[in-house]
Amino acid sequence: MPTPRTWLAALLAISLLLNAENGKAELNLHGFIQGNYGINTASANPDGRDAKLTEERVQLKLEADQGPFSFFLKTDLAWDHLDDQENLELREGTLDYAASSWDLKLGRQMVTWGLGDLVFINDVFPKDYEAFFAGRPLEYLKKGVDGIKIGLYPGFASFEVIALPRFTANHFPDAKRFWQFDPLPGVSNRQTVEPSSSLENTEVAVRAYRDLAGFDLSLYGYRGFFRQPAMQLDDPAPPTRLTLWYPRLAVYGASLQGSALDGVVSLEGGYYDSRDDRAGNDPLIPNSQARFLLGYQRQFWEDFTVGLQYYGERMLDYGDYAATLPFGMPAEKRLHHLVSVRLTQLLRHQTVKLSLFAFRGLSSADYLINPEVKYNLTDQLWLAVGANFFGGGEPWTQFGQLDRNDSIYFQTRYEF
Amino acid sequence: MKRLALLLFLTIGLASSALAATPEEIVKKSQAAFFYPGKDFKARVMMKLISPSGQERLREMTMLRLNTGEAGGEQKYFMYFFQPAEVKNMTFMVFKYPAKDDDRWLFVPAINMVRRIAMQDKQASFVGSDFTYEDVSGRDLADDTHELVREETLNGKACFVIKSTPKKADSAGYGHKLAWIDKTTWLPMKEEYYDRTGRTVRLFSADEVQMVKGFPTITKRTMKNSQSGYRTEVSYASQDYNVGLEDSLFSERFLRQPPKKWIE
Repeated sequence: MPTPRTWLAALLAISLLLNAENGKAELNLHGFIQGNYGINTASANPDGRDAKLTEERVQLKLEADQGPFSFFLKTDLAWDHLDDQENLELREGTLDYAASSWDLKLGRQMVTWGLGDLVFINDVFPKDYEAFFAGRPLEYLKKGVDGIKIGLYPGFASFEVIALPRFTANHFPDAKRFWQFDPLPGVSNRQTVEPSSSLENTEVAVRAYRDLAGFDLSLYGYRGFFRQPAMQLDDPAPPTRLTLWYPRLAVYGASLQGSALDGVVSLEGGYYDSRDDRAGNDPLIPNSQARFLLGYQRQFWEDFTVGLQYYGERMLDYGDYAATLPFGMPAEKRLHHLVSVRLTQLLRHQTVKLSLFAFRGLSSADYLINPEVKYNLTDQLWLAVGANFFGGGEPWTQFGQLDRNDSIYFQTRYEF
Repeated sequence: MKRLALLLFLTIGLASSALAATPEEIVKKSQAAFFYPGKDFKARVMMKLISPSGQERLREMTMLRLNTGEAGGEQKYFMYFFQPAEVKNMTFMVFKYPAKDDDRWLFVPAINMVRRIAMQDKQASFVGSDFTYEDVSGRDLADDTHELVREETLNGKACFVIKSTPKKADSAGYGHKLAWIDKTTWLPMKEEYYDRTGRTVRLFSADEVQMVKGFPTITKRTMKNSQSGYRTEVSYASQDYNVGLEDSLFSERFLRQPPKKWIE
């Protein structure tokens, strides 16, 4: 499996080749230096530390293009003081080719689909939830995927076809830094098995989109894996060994967005086909689901915007799930649903941004509240202070389990 | 003598024909000259936001405009940001409709996301500047009542002075507006925005006009907010008309990956 370093070397080599061949290729270098710190306000981490995050980070973005080819590299070098280590991460590294009615993007890339604000139906691509909960800038919620994307633009509609030969899992909060629910705390012998890279395991995602009477219509299809692991236990009771693995998944969905009701209305839905538990009678593998989202965004006065969402996940084989759930395991509800609100106010010539985001679980009565103030001191330098508060619900619900992880975070960035 | 009489006759004829134009016609011509010249337009725009204490912020962008209807009708706008660094590679697209809310899309490069954005308020500040969205893309002719107040010479140019008053008080961030419209180019040379109590709120001035492919074009302009003390200076580093923009450019594909030849 290629490491970030080999990726980097390969892409640098390509860029040098592009350059060497013809001096006309244009090279652009940008990036930032960032400080990012998150301090606990509710309790220390499970490992006793008081911070969720203390790091400095440099990001370099290199762009080059020549004729129909372009090259993009975005790489981060971070100094993490909690784990006392340096991390080199290739965020994106792509080679693009653009023809008149099609294009191609090869390499590590960000793909963002769907209409949800921090809820995801047809955005089946990997997320880094720890980054979000710890107070990193929002862009770090998204992780790149390794593969190829082909865009086709025949006129009547546009298409994106993505093939991902290498699986990327979601990144969930680290057990040393975050308190969270563990159904089997006694089993310490654990291993994670990711799908191997093979033709059969290559994930395929397709999106078709076009205008429909002034609305943006998208249809989506995905065949691959859940990015949240499922548990598999060995035989003895009580179990001694736990294997985390990624069941197979297919998703079929659609979204529609447009101007209506003096704002922007968003509708999205998806059918989650749990391919390893079609009967729904394996309680350790997610049931097949219908997911749906209704969103509304409106500007009430200058530079003040409100975004509202209703999001739900409905288990489709709930009877089989409930009948086979082992005694003692907390039962999920048939319908998991929540509402969210986002308020954004810009002030002082849009240099100050006040924002408040909150989730409220309707089925689980838990919450997440994320207030933030961001100030652009100059065109190059900004800083932000925010907080994440979790609670309510039960010790195993989505945000309820994060109850003890409240923190205040600080971000500052110098861009060049 | 005959010639002089003819000239006099012509001059009176021209002047009276201009006089005969209704205020609506003058504003309509002015909007056509200001917001609609050519089939399409491309400009590299430097926008400087200057605070009362002199602190400057710079916005640099390429603006593309395509007329898809008559003057005063539908248009498509595409903006690509070069500066500041935080918004580099960001693109913004507006489909402007005269009688209903515009459609707006924003591309956020950090997460490769295209989103519609709710921005019903055309009086809202454009990228934090003293210009509003309406100042950039025009205000519907029918939203105001227009009145020819007087004619006078401004910096050596004969101008109509038009008073425009919003029909609905809450549809604009001002009580009324006075515009000095150049009789030869039909461009606004100066605008004064007043609040409902009659105090000036904002002042617009056209600081430089160039002929570009036969279209008189304001290549330098200033909007001053007389209450906050801020001002915004806009200048075009380059500009051109009828460059051959195609409708297909105004799409999600090119929001994500704007073609170099159009944004450079």
